[in-house]
This record gives sequence, structure tokens and C-alpha cells, in this order.
Amino acid sequence: MNENPPDVAVVAAPSAVKHLDVAPVALDYVTALESTAVVDIADRYELFIDGRFVEPRSGKHFATINPATEAKLAMVAEAGDADIELAVRAARRAYDEVWRDMSGKQRAKYLYRIARVLQERAREFAVLESLNGGKPIKESRDIDVPLAAAHFFYHAGWADKLGYAFPGRSLRPLGVAAQVIPWNFPLLMAAWKIAPALATGNTVVLKPAETTPLTALLLAEVIQQADLPPGVVNIITGAGATGAALVGHKGVDKVAFTGSTAVGKSIQRAIAGTGKKLTLELGGKAANIIFEDAAIDQAVEGIVNGIYFNQGHVCCAGSRLLVHEPVAELVIDKLLCRIETLRVGNPLDKNTDIGAINSRAQLDKIESLVQSGRDEGATMYQSSCPLPDRGFFFPPTVFTGVSQSHRIAREEIFGPVLSVLTFRTAEEAVQKANNTPYGLSAGIWTEKGSRILWMAERMRAGVVWANTFNRFDPTSPFGGYKESGFGREGGRHGLASYAELVEGGRR
Amino acid sequence: MSPAKKTATKAATKAAATRSTKPSAPVDLDVRKTYKLYIGGAFPRSESGRSYPVVTTDRRFVANAVLASRKDVRDAVQTARNAQGSWAKRSAYNRGQILYRVAEIMQGRRQQFVDELSVGGSRDAQGETDAAIDRWVWYAGWADKYAQILGSANPVDGPYFNFTTPEPAGVVALVAPNDAPLLALVSRLAPAIVAGNTTVALASERWPLVSITLAEALATSDVPGGVVNILTGKAAELVPWMAGHADVNVVDLSGVNGELRADAERRASDAVTRVVAASAAERRWFDDRAESPYIIAGFCEYKTVWHPKGA
Repeated sequence: MNENPPDVAVVAAPSAVKHLDVAPVALDYVTALESTAVVDIADRYELFIDGRFVEPRSGKHFATINPATEAKLAMVAEAGDADIELAVRAARRAYDEVWRDMSGKQRAKYLYRIARVLQERAREFAVLESLNGGKPIKESRDIDVPLAAAHFFYHAGWADKLGYAFPGRSLRPLGVAAQVIPWNFPLLMAAWKIAPALATGNTVVLKPAETTPLTALLLAEVIQQADLPPGVVNIITGAGATGAALVGHKGVDKVAFTGSTAVGKSIQRAIAGTGKKLTLELGGKAANIIFEDAAIDQAVEGIVNGIYFNQGHVCCAGSRLLVHEPVAELVIDKLLCRIETLRVGNPLDKNTDIGAINSRAQLDKIESLVQSGRDEGATMYQSSCPLPDRGFFFPPTVFTGVSQSHRIAREEIFGPVLSVLTFRTAEEAVQKANNTPYGLSAGIWTEKGSRILWMAERMRAGVVWANTFNRFDPTSPFGGYKESGFGREGGRHGLASYAELVEGGRR
Repeated sequence: MSPAKKTATKAATKAAATRSTKPSAPVDLDVRKTYKLYIGGAFPRSESGRSYPVVTTDRRFVANAVLASRKDVRDAVQTARNAQGSWAKRSAYNRGQILYRVAEIMQGRRQQFVDELSVGGSRDAQGETDAAIDRWVWYAGWADKYAQILGSANPVDGPYFNFTTPEPAGVVALVAPNDAPLLALVSRLAPAIVAGNTTVALASERWPLVSITLAEALATSDVPGGVVNILTGKAAELVPWMAGHADVNVVDLSGVNGELRADAERRASDAVTRVVAASAAERRWFDDRAESPYIIAGFCEYKTVWHPKGA
């Protein structure tokens, strides 16, 4: 038990001081570290091209670190133009000579194999994911890795059933897919990208994010163990320049990108007029809407999960809390109590709720946006939890008194920072929720069924969670409206992102 | 010079023939139609006051069409946006009946479409008119069915009810191809509006007149004003503004090629606007391949809703 009621740090003007009515009870836990013995990290990683790990023609490597300690984990190859050329050529050859014409039943079995090996090596992936990306082990262990395996398993089953996916049409693969993925769910995003592409008969060149390459490179090992024909999946590492060169390569037929809206726009612009098929899964500024009749305690858990899951590094994070005025004070009080109990710290500690911010650059961005919130007059509350001395960490943060014009209400922070706004009527909630160029997700909390459906219908967002938040499943299409991108990943709908619908053809 | 040999509307024939006849007092002078824009259910001229001559394939003058401006594009988009919510809110059954009503009205004015397409040099004016009417009927029937084909209930791993439904993307800007001025426009317009979108269509630049006659059919067939807005003018001038308009959700570039197409796609990136276009198979306008529920899907967004199950 904590002797003293923790202080809620109030960093705005004195007038903004707010005290809790109920002191939260923080329990002490003994540290429970996940062992890293299961992971064998090499000093140096090469590019995975044509089924083999090859040194980059660029001759360059860069360091990848553990964001929780800032210690270097390994050196990773930086793919240059010559490397991209090799990777795309390998993917093209594999497409023309092996994969395109392989029966769906055989392709399915390769994908099932990958799913199984991922399950077999699940803990290894979970630990490596937390080491390289900073996310809490309980999340990488229970969410990222199982979902990644599930994505391969789900799409394996589609590979030989494509003729049933879209009545009256068959699917024709597009060719070589260039896939650029972000650092927030490194392995899971690789699975979201590779599984549907392979199931529909495409081959792949995947570029993981600069800061989180290691689980993608471990996935390359899995692909070797599964005996996937060389060149069907190629994984090349590097930073933004590598990604831009990859999507711009003439030999690429399909581009799939998950990341920021700014980069997504630049990709859409860069490939305009080339005929490449494009899907984008971009940023978000989701509203999580709490009505007065909601199950408040459950809603508070949903708010916490919505914004503090994965340090808030989630494109569909519930970063704008819209609370019905009659319960605003109650919800905020409970929320502030709850964030006092969140444990920020070592991602490998099984008790940790909030791990490390992924990079120095991201921490700087979060700090700068938080400063803007204070400058613009919102009231800030932060958990008083201690932060580790080293590494990149940021405490769970709540802003109240936020107006729609504040930067913290408009811009994607991509960190553990929640902006609270209030509303009086359902119409006002709809207006405020949709008042953003983004449209990825939304949350609705109410016990009234008709209101859920009424609200869900009016949300300009691709995923609506009612009385829950941040749920994902391979059978459930995911993707945005408006500037959150286009195309869907997952479900039957996700297959269309990787194929042309044609009459006749292979079933 | 001889008068027009082809079948033509009375007005168009007279217009084409006027210059070639010797001066004489007309017995019964034709009342010619002024072709204007179609915005918000009304037929305004361009705010710019401009027009351009529309001529037959052998360069005979037929009429002056409105040369719409960038401002007209913006007005039309705003009108379409204002009309979108109430159009989408109508029941699928109701939207289906309204699309069917368009076919009924076009059938009643069939000869007018045939005549105008003939003057415009259509190789098969009757076939194109009949196919356009049939296309409305085909999409009318989809109004209360496409959601069942395109949507799904998703068996997620957990105690949740999860379903995906197609919703209208919002405002669709579309550019009609020149090769079948009536049929190609209808082939893209019908799937857009059946799903609850509203539209701003740029008519075939070469032969825009039949599109305005289509507008007259729409205006008298229960399609609410603002659901379909039709502009006439120069693609090179207007397409960049249509593609770059931040309040346009989908731009259909079926009628745009080359550098203008690439430029339009670049401009669409400013607001992550969706770009669609008819595929090679879908461009066989007279063929059944030009119609598909998956064309409707191109004008839709998919929304997935989760809810826990519990007693």
C-alpha cells in the first residue's frame, strides 16, 4: 500500500488546480521480468532478399536501439537503390515463375506453416518486440504476436477460396507489392501486410520502420523455416528514403502503406499517374464518446485502454474524450484516479502498463504538443508515477478544458495524452466527433442500444467500437475514412486491396 | 452544302442547316433549347457567363454549351454536399424507386436522346439510349441489395458482435468519358447515387448536350435537387479543381487520360481523396461488364462496428 495519497501533478495555472475526491489506491507489485534468454540478437543484420540474408550493396548499416534503455541492440542494413532493385527483381521473378501460378491450396499451406512457426516461437517474438519497440511485454505477448499468427492463419484459408470472396468475380493478383509499415506494431503490421498479399497471389517487398526492424527480420527466419519459395517475401530495412525509393520503383504494381497522413499524402502524390494500386492506413484523432447512461467504470477502463494502450502509439487511439456534461466531473475524477495506478516503466516487466516511447524523436514530438496544450490554456494532469532514469518515457497525461481549436484536439499526438471535451446533446457529440480531417475510429459508451446504432451510423470513421475500444481481429476489416486513408485490411474486404476483380479466371 | 443527312432533332437539324440555306422567311421558326448547367435541381448559366460552341463530327454548329468555371465547380460541390445527408437517409427501397423512375422518364423521352446522340455522331444512338435506360433499371434493383453483397458479419475471436456495412463515401466528382456521352455518364452516375452519394459530373466535353437532356429527365423524375449536378465545359480547365477539392470524397477519372489524369491524381492526394476509374472491362459501355456491384463499392466506405455480447 502506498502510505500517501499520490499527488495529481497539476502543471497549468494555479486556477486549474483540481483535487481528487477519492484517493486512488496503488498496489505495490514485485518486479516480474520476462527473461530475454529466449532471444538471440545478432550483432549485425543483413537484407532478406530472394530467400537469403545478403549484405547491402549500399555498404551501410545503422544502429537499432532499445528505447527503454537507449542501449544499442544491433546494426541493421540500410537498403539503397541497388538493393531495392535486387529485392524488386527477386519478387518479380518469384511472382512470374512460382507464386502467381501456384495453386491456392499450396499457397494456403505455406501461410499455415508461417502461422504455426510464429506460434511456436511466440515468446521469442514477444520479447524481441518489447526490446526493440518499447511496448509492454503483456501487450506484445497477448496481443501483437497472437494476432500476427492469427492473421496468417486466417488468410491461409482464403488462398484457395478466392472464387467465393466476391460473388460473380474472381481475383487476379496485382504482382509485386511494396509494403511500408510503421513502428507501433512492427510484427503485427508485417502480418497485416504480407498475409493478404500472399493469399491473393502477390509477392512482396516489405520495409519495416527504421526504429523497429528486428521482429520483421526474425519473421524472415520464420519464412525460411517455412520453406517459402525464395523471393516471395523480401524484407529490406532502412529509413524514409529507402521506403520512398521502394514505393517509387517502376517494378512495383501495388503500394500499401501504414503510417502518418503526411507521408501517406506524399506517397499518393508520388505514384500519381503510374497506375500502381494504392492503399493507405494513416493517422487518426478518434473521439471516445461517453454518455451519461454509460456503465461509467467500464467506460473509464475503455478510455484508459483507448489512449494508453501501446503508449498511445496507435493510429486508432481514442485521443479525444467526449464526455456528456452531466457525468463529466465524475468521469474525469475516476479517470484521474485510474491513471495514478498505471505502471510506467520497463517494458519487460509483466506488471508494466505503459512502456517506453518508441524513439527520442517521438518523445520530442509528444513533449512539444503537450507544451502547446499548456500554452493554449488547457489544464494538464499527469500521473505522479516515477519514470525510469534512462530511456524514453512519458507519463499518462490528461488535458481538460480543451477546445476544438487547440492543437491537442486537432493533431495526432501518438502518445499517452488524452484531450477531454464535453457535450450536451448527441447531435453535438456527432458534430464534435466528426470535426477532424481524420476518420479512422470512434468509441461510443451508452447502455441504450438504439443510441449506439444512431451514433454509429453518424460517425465518419471506419471502425466504431461500442462499449469497447481497440479491439482487432483478422476477420474484421480495418481502415479509415477521409484523411485516415483508404482501403481495408482484414476480412473479406481486405482481399480486394491486393487483387483485381475479374470475370472468369482462377477460383 | 447539303443539310444534315442524319436523323437529328428538329432544333439541331435546323441549327446545322441554317447557315447553308438561302435567305428566306421561315414558315415556322424553331424554338431552340438553351443548354445550361444543372445545379441543385435548377438550370443556371455559368457564373462566368461563358459558353463554347458544340459542333458535329463534321464541324457543323449545333448549340452553345455553357463553359463552366472553377467557381461553378465549387458551387456544385457545395450543393452536392448539402444534398448528401438527406439523400443517404432515404430508404434503400425509396432510392431504388427513384432510380427506376429515371428509367421511366428517359423511356418517355427516348426519341429525344436518340436524336441528340445521332447528331453527335453516335454509331448506335438507339442502342446507346436503350442501354442507358437499362442501366438505370439494373442499378435501381441494386439499391436494397448491394449492402448484403458488400457487407458482412465478422466472426471475431471473442464475445463481440461485429459487422461491416458499406456507407456512401459522400460527394463524388466524376468526369464522363467522350466515347459514349450518355451511356458512359449513366454507367458511372447510377452506381454512385444508388449508394446514397451525391455527384458533380462533368459532361463529355465533345458532346455535352445529351447530358443536359439527361438532367432534364433527372429534374422531372423525383431525384432530389443537388443529388446529381452536371457541368459542361473543358476537362483541362475543370478536372484539376474537381480532383483537388477538399470536400470531394471520391473522384472518378474514367473520362480523363494522360498528363491531365496524373495531375488530377496528384491533386487528389492533398486531401487523401479516393480516385476511381472504370477498368478496361468496365469501359465496354454496351456490355454487361460495365455494370457491377463492385463499381458501387468504389463509391462506398466500409464501416465496421463492434459490440460486446453479454447478459
